[in-house]
Formats: sequence, structure tokens, C-alpha cells
Amino acid sequence: MSRIGKIPTTVFALFIIAFPWVAHKIPSIEHYADIMIFAGIYCLMTMGLSLLMGYAGQISIGHAAFYGIGAYTSAILTVQFGLNPWPCIIVGMVISAVVAVVVGAPSLKLRGHYLAMATLAFGIIVYIIFNEEAAWTGGPDGMTGIPGLSLFGFEFDSVEKYYYLVWGFVFAVFIFTVNIIQSGIGRALRAIHVSEPAASAMGVDISRFKIMVFVYSAVLASLAGSLYAHYLNFINPSTFDLFFSIKLLIMIALGGMYNIWGAIIGAVLITFLSYEWLHYFEEYEVIVYGAILLLVTIFFPKGLVGVPGIVKGWFRE
Amino acid sequence: METITLSGQLFQYLITGITVGSVYAMVAVGFNIIYNVTEIINFAQGEFVMLGGLIMVFFHVVAGLPLIMAFPATVILVTLVGILLDRLAIRPIRRPSVLTLIIATIAASILIKGAAMFIWGKDPYDLPAFSGRNPITVFGAVIQPQYLWVIGFLIIIVIVLSIFFDRTIIGKAMSACADNPNAASLVGINVKQMILLSFALSAAIGAVAGITVTPISLMEYDRGAMLAVKGFGAAILGGLGSFPGAILGGLIMGSIESFGAGVISSGYKDAFALIVLLIVLFFRPSGILGSIEISKIKRF
Repeated sequence: MSRIGKIPTTVFALFIIAFPWVAHKIPSIEHYADIMIFAGIYCLMTMGLSLLMGYAGQISIGHAAFYGIGAYTSAILTVQFGLNPWPCIIVGMVISAVVAVVVGAPSLKLRGHYLAMATLAFGIIVYIIFNEEAAWTGGPDGMTGIPGLSLFGFEFDSVEKYYYLVWGFVFAVFIFTVNIIQSGIGRALRAIHVSEPAASAMGVDISRFKIMVFVYSAVLASLAGSLYAHYLNFINPSTFDLFFSIKLLIMIALGGMYNIWGAIIGAVLITFLSYEWLHYFEEYEVIVYGAILLLVTIFFPKGLVGVPGIVKGWFRE
Repeated sequence: METITLSGQLFQYLITGITVGSVYAMVAVGFNIIYNVTEIINFAQGEFVMLGGLIMVFFHVVAGLPLIMAFPATVILVTLVGILLDRLAIRPIRRPSVLTLIIATIAASILIKGAAMFIWGKDPYDLPAFSGRNPITVFGAVIQPQYLWVIGFLIIIVIVLSIFFDRTIIGKAMSACADNPNAASLVGINVKQMILLSFALSAAIGAVAGITVTPISLMEYDRGAMLAVKGFGAAILGGLGSFPGAILGGLIMGSIESFGAGVISSGYKDAFALIVLLIVLFFRPSGILGSIEISKIKRF
């Protein structure tokens, strides 16, 4: 991951601010602000995951579980105990962090496929719990009546307001993540990515850094889940199934896992594909996703953000 | 009315567990064959089982072929899918790493699953049992004849595979690739062909698992992922790469699931095997019969 310049960051910020205005002016894409809220929620997750995949070289096929833990913690604490949503979001993030350490620490000490399988199994177990513990989670029917968010009396009660809330979070996390990448932690992670034995010989505690990144990505997924629950006011287990974890993977692979912009581009593209452009395929969209994932893996291993580099390479020849 | 004794009940769980476990064992053996030659964990392994069941339904029920012809036809067709998987998804990757290979097999698995949904729809399909559905009662447990077919085919697979790996040149060449691909290619073994063969072989075993289990548990398009995870759990439990381990792991996994569902809670049936997988990963990642030394020299 190269340095993130001031100019692209400013353009990104301006784009976030201007998008609802522009969308509002054009009738055919008026509802895009609503879709962008979901895109933003997914961006929160993909930024953490791209750090995990692009840097630590580890793959998680269970992040839907952390997304679900965030959503259900918020839902249960606000609906059944009547608490203020904000502390519930924090509680969800803390629970996710603890769970991430428990699940991640043993498998990240091993090399290779173990985290993938551990997270896959973990994700399915959590999904089963959401379905079975009906007294808490409402079972397969889910939970309704989750309150919206407000801050100091200001209600985030319209699409535009919630859009700015979500993308405000996205931008803050973006800046924070970029800072991580450009700090000593980022250098250690880059060293791990180039060569684990070399990094280890230089005194980098590999498994500790991997666990940190895994926990960071889990906490972000939990935050995203809470934001999702408070926006839709309704959740049910099917949102947090195995296929959603794979969809996150597709977002990152499509955008490019070695670059934080890739995480954002991939999340936005796949969100628009699934909410808007793939209606024609209905449930067969899964074939399209499979094809995208396979083609990107074979032909564009660096994702869409790697395409300019490939094109440049052609011209040099 | 017959009284159900406790011991009969427990024996029932054990028989069911061993039957289901035989299927997991077959999936685990399939994992191991590919893992030993390529060090890839093939996430699409469960899709072979699903395809085996559904293609068999097509040949046997829809096309009306007799069992003796439909069975090999199904195995051959699924084997072709395995070969295509290697040729279209694994081999084209230019700079393979664990990450890209995992992603490629995941992509292939959702493609296969999507194609199956396209062809067969979302309904589960039934297959007539090989030798009728008149249960045999032994020690107070009810045994479907199909249970014996599943267990029998596991035994056949074990025998055929051990002859193949120990007694034939191709089998020995495959084992050589597993030990050291560079040295194997130096002595003239075509490693790429061995990789192809490993995919073909494990697809064939997956197909057998799917064909034999469908009369018991039906088959539908989205069964693959769960079978893959449990089969992987069995492989890890026994020690990744070890064939006796895969069999043992599969049988233990099936029994845990059967007793867990019967004694503790049926809603959590699928969770028991996965919890065992996590516990093994955390406390003894080398499994029962695996060795830590071997897992250290593996690249992935």
C-alpha cells in the first residue's frame, strides 16, 4: 500500500459531502443516497478486512458474525433493556473485540488456512445461535422496533442525515486506518507481508500484530452492524449468514486487497450491484458473484485499483 | 408397543453417527488427497458431494438408468467437474499464494452452487435406497440398509486408496509430489498431472459420498458448504494429511454430532461438529494422528 496523498483524500471528502446533493438533483438516481448508506456500512468492514488480508495475509470467512454481534447487541440492549443506543454500540464493539481475541489468537499463531476455517466455523456457529436463542434474538423472525440514533437531541431521522452520519464514520475510520498504515505498526505489517521469517528475525512479534489487525477488523464490523440495526430498525439472522462473509471477500478482491481505496471501491461497487444492477438475475446473482471473484483472482489479483498499473505496463512494452 | 431402552437409544445414536461420520470421512479423505499433493485446502470439496447426489438423481430417477449404470456415470461426470476445477480455477493463477488459492476455490464453490440452483432449483431431492427401506432391528436400534451401504463404500474407498498409494506407480508418484514437488519433478514426475489427478480423485470420492448419502438425508443445492466445513473438521481432528486420521476424525465427528443432537439439543446439531473443530484448532492443531513436525515443514 503506497502513501495516501492529501489530494485524493480531499477529493474523497468532497465526494462524500456532495453526493446526496447531486443525487437529489437527478430523479433517476435519487434513491442512491439510501444505497450509499449501505455501501458506507460495508466500507467500514472492508477497510478493516483489507488490512487483515492485504497486510497480515490472513483471510476471514466469518466477519458476518462480528457484524451480527454488533447488530444484535445494539438491538437486544435497546429493545429489551431500553438503553441509550450509543453505549450499546460501544458494548457491542467490546464484545466483538473479546470474541475476536478468543477466536483469532489460537488460529493466528498457526500458519496458513487455519484462520479461514476457524472463522468459517465460528461464523456458522454464531448464525445458528441467532436462529436458536429466540428468547433473546427473536429467532428466524428477527427483531423489530430498534430505535434510530440521535445525538444531543439531534435526530438522524432522514436518509440524508443518516448518510452523513455513516460516511462521517467511514471518513474517520479511513483517516485512522491510513494513520495506522503509515505508522510503525504499518511498517511492521508491511514487513510481515514481505517475509514473515525476516520480520520475525528483526524482532517483529508477528502473531501479536496479526491479532491486533484481526481485532481491529472485528470491532469495525461490530460498529457497522450497530449502524445497520439502528438504520433499518429491524434485523433477522439471514443478513448475517455465510454468504455475507463471502460477499465481503468479493468486495475486497474486486477492489483490490493491497490498497485501502480498493476496499472502498469494492464495497461501493458490490453494494450497487446487489441493490440496484443485478435485480435482473434475482437469486441467480450468486453465479455472477462467483464469476466476478474467480475472474478477478485469475486476471486481476490486485483488483480494480491494480488495473491502471497493468495498463501502464502494456504501454511500456 | 415396543419399549425403547436407553442402551438401544444410545446404540441408535452410535449407528447414525458412524453413518454420517462415514460421509464426513469421505469428504476428509478428499481434502487430504488434494492437500497432500498441492497443500491447497479445496473449499469446493463439499460441492462434489452435492453434485454426486443431484446428478445421481438425474441419471437414476429422471433418466431411469439402472443403479449399476447410473452410479459410474455420476462418478465420471463429477470427476470431470473436479478436472475442470483444476484446469479453470487453480492452474490459471499465475502467482499462487495461500490467499489466492483459497479465494479461487471459494469462488468455484459458489459458482458450482449457483449452477446447481439454476439446474435443480431449491427443492431437496430424494433417491431410492439401494436395497429397499425395510429397516433391520439390532439391539433395539433401527438400521436402514442404506446405512450399511454408506459404511461399506467407505471401507471400499479405504482399501482401493491404500492399494493405489502403496502398490501402483502413479500412486507412489503422487505421494512423492506430496513429499517434495521439486524433487519429484527432477525424477521425471509430471507434477501438474499429479495435481490434476488429485482433483479428479477427490471429486470421485466426493461423488460416491453424495450418491450413497442422498437416500438417507436427501440432497439440495446448498448442502456443500456445511459438508465441506464438517469434512475439514474431521480432517483436522484426525490430523491434516493423514488418511487413517481422516477416517477416525470423520467417525468421531459424526458420533459427536449424533449424540449431541440426540442428547443435548437438536437445534444445535450443526454447531457441535464446528465447536469440536474450533476446540481442536485451539488445543491440538496437529490433530489426533498428525505430527507437529510435519505441519511445520509444510509451506502453508
